[in-house]
Amino acid sequence: MPKLLRLLGGATVTAILGFILLPALVVTLAAFNSRAILSFPPESWSWRWFVKAIAYDDFQAGVRNGLIVTAWASSIALVVGAAFAFALDRYEFRLKRTLETILLSPLVVPHFTIGLGFLILAAQLGFARGYSVIVACHVVLVLPFVLRSVYISLRNLDPRLELAAASLGASPGRVLITVTLPLLLPGLVSGWLFAAILSFNEFTASLFVTVQRTQTLPVALYNYVREYADPSMAAISVMYIVATATVLTLANAFLGLAKVLNVEHAR
Amino acid sequence: MPAEPTLPAPARVTDGTNGSEHAAVALTGVTKQFGKITALDAVSLFVRHGELMTLLGPSGCGKTTLLHLVAGFLIPESGEIAIDGQRITDVPAYRREIGIMFQNYALFPHMSVAGNVGYGLRMRRIARPEIDRRIADALALVKLAGLEDRRPRQLSGGQQQRVALARALVIRPKVLLLDEPFSALDRNLRASMQVELKEIQRKLGVTTIFVTHDQSEALSLSDRIAVIADGRIRQLDTPHEIYRHPSDRFVASFIGDANVLRAHLERIEGAVASVALGAARVTVPMRTLEGSAVGSAVDLFVRPEDLRVAETDAAAAAHGTVAAQIYQGGHIDLYVDAPEVSSGRVLLRVPSHEAASLRPAGTRIAIALAADVAIAFRSA
Repeated sequence: MPKLLRLLGGATVTAILGFILLPALVVTLAAFNSRAILSFPPESWSWRWFVKAIAYDDFQAGVRNGLIVTAWASSIALVVGAAFAFALDRYEFRLKRTLETILLSPLVVPHFTIGLGFLILAAQLGFARGYSVIVACHVVLVLPFVLRSVYISLRNLDPRLELAAASLGASPGRVLITVTLPLLLPGLVSGWLFAAILSFNEFTASLFVTVQRTQTLPVALYNYVREYADPSMAAISVMYIVATATVLTLANAFLGLAKVLNVEHAR
Repeated sequence: MPAEPTLPAPARVTDGTNGSEHAAVALTGVTKQFGKITALDAVSLFVRHGELMTLLGPSGCGKTTLLHLVAGFLIPESGEIAIDGQRITDVPAYRREIGIMFQNYALFPHMSVAGNVGYGLRMRRIARPEIDRRIADALALVKLAGLEDRRPRQLSGGQQQRVALARALVIRPKVLLLDEPFSALDRNLRASMQVELKEIQRKLGVTTIFVTHDQSEALSLSDRIAVIADGRIRQLDTPHEIYRHPSDRFVASFIGDANVLRAHLERIEGAVASVALGAARVTVPMRTLEGSAVGSAVDLFVRPEDLRVAETDAAAAAHGTVAAQIYQGGHIDLYVDAPEVSSGRVLLRVPSHEAASLRPAGTRIAIALAADVAIAFRSA
């Protein structure tokens, strides 16, 4: 009986994992289909949709725009989010709870609401719908994630480490540079990375605030799929998955490396 | 704005050094509040050069607050703090030349042992060869030579503590502050680290303030102990004086084991009084009995080693029934029910070699006083 239960449990876990991975698997297989329709399973194999997707102007522009928006949005969100996380962790002040609630509110407000809000705001203020509006919109969207990531790292930082550094003669600025920031680095990098991935994938709000000239990759994909239904979509998806996995793997290696580098730095 | 005249320190603390100018660390009328809670209430304390001063008290008594005030992590609401005669009340921590060792050691996890020890020297922008030499000296002092490149997490608890000590001492601090440094170590290691710390402290002659809630640790390590409760220093004296002549009921019961026995005041002779406990008589100072009249009930505080089993009833202070006999190696603890003198159990500490005849639970015994001097307080 216990053996049967274990088998059943194993089967359930396998089924759940399969269910999670299935969409990615289906799309990957579809991407290599040589026929010009999105079908599954493919009858013959080909790289042609990858070639087509890479050569397609709108997708190229989408990647470029997306990278510009992502770089700015996640970097600004990191600085702003880290500053707020410091304030929330280190200081007691009136309306602290209120501030925290407002900063985390984009988690509850739907993305299309935020996108629509920025669209109306930009129109009212007479802003051209350029990069600045998209970046501002993305900063708001990813801020809660950066804030959380840095805040948790700060909470886990033993304040006695900073006190010890101060007692050893380090001014507040040098405590920050030699102790606080190095120990927060993993939290800062993972916060930035999380923000970057979210921003690069963001579609709903981006649809409102982008125009043809500034559209990011998800918006470009949406516009493409409205007119065509060939496997270049699937090919883009595969490249997306591979790129994200590569970045995450590299980041992990880099963070591991950072710790090693710190040994030298500390000597 | 005219400065308010500063009053001389209240004479709460009796101390050989007369005033702050001779003291290594001088706190004068220091008050620290956290919101509505007064953590330290007008405390004055003078630590002598080269002395190991222990701040002893229950948790929440203000001893750690006092340590943090000396370190510069906190600023007092009122009062002055001076180190080597220089007023440092509002000098930030990083300009105070103080070494501190925390309970959890607070080693920098992203730096090697050498990186940790050399941190204070790098902050002082000392030349590299000098830094390397002083790191080597400090690690040799704490017997950790050869572990320069290890990370803190690769070290045992005892080794981490040595690194923390080396890191605090390498900057040649004016004062060394120790915040419950032994509480994270297991019993055997703790004892050997205590001996070693005491040796190093004496060798370097560094003025040391040591915070603990462990009274046996305080008794064994300190040159002097400041017993703190509710934000005030209750007594400041040598371990022997604190143990033998506690100034009040709190100190008497906090330091060491003590039996509180119901006795009565028989005779007052100037500064001393005679207290009767059964057939036994004991001399106590009147200082702690002020206001008590002859014949009134008093609480007699007697250390377990000052009680013994009486051979005859002639000098018996009390009678009781042995409730438990606990073998402790060098001595035997006898817990005795003696309802006529104590509502709790009376503890007798008898040397093992004297306890030739074992007294199993249930044995009726007579208790005698082994000392003719004790201390008594008015009945609560």
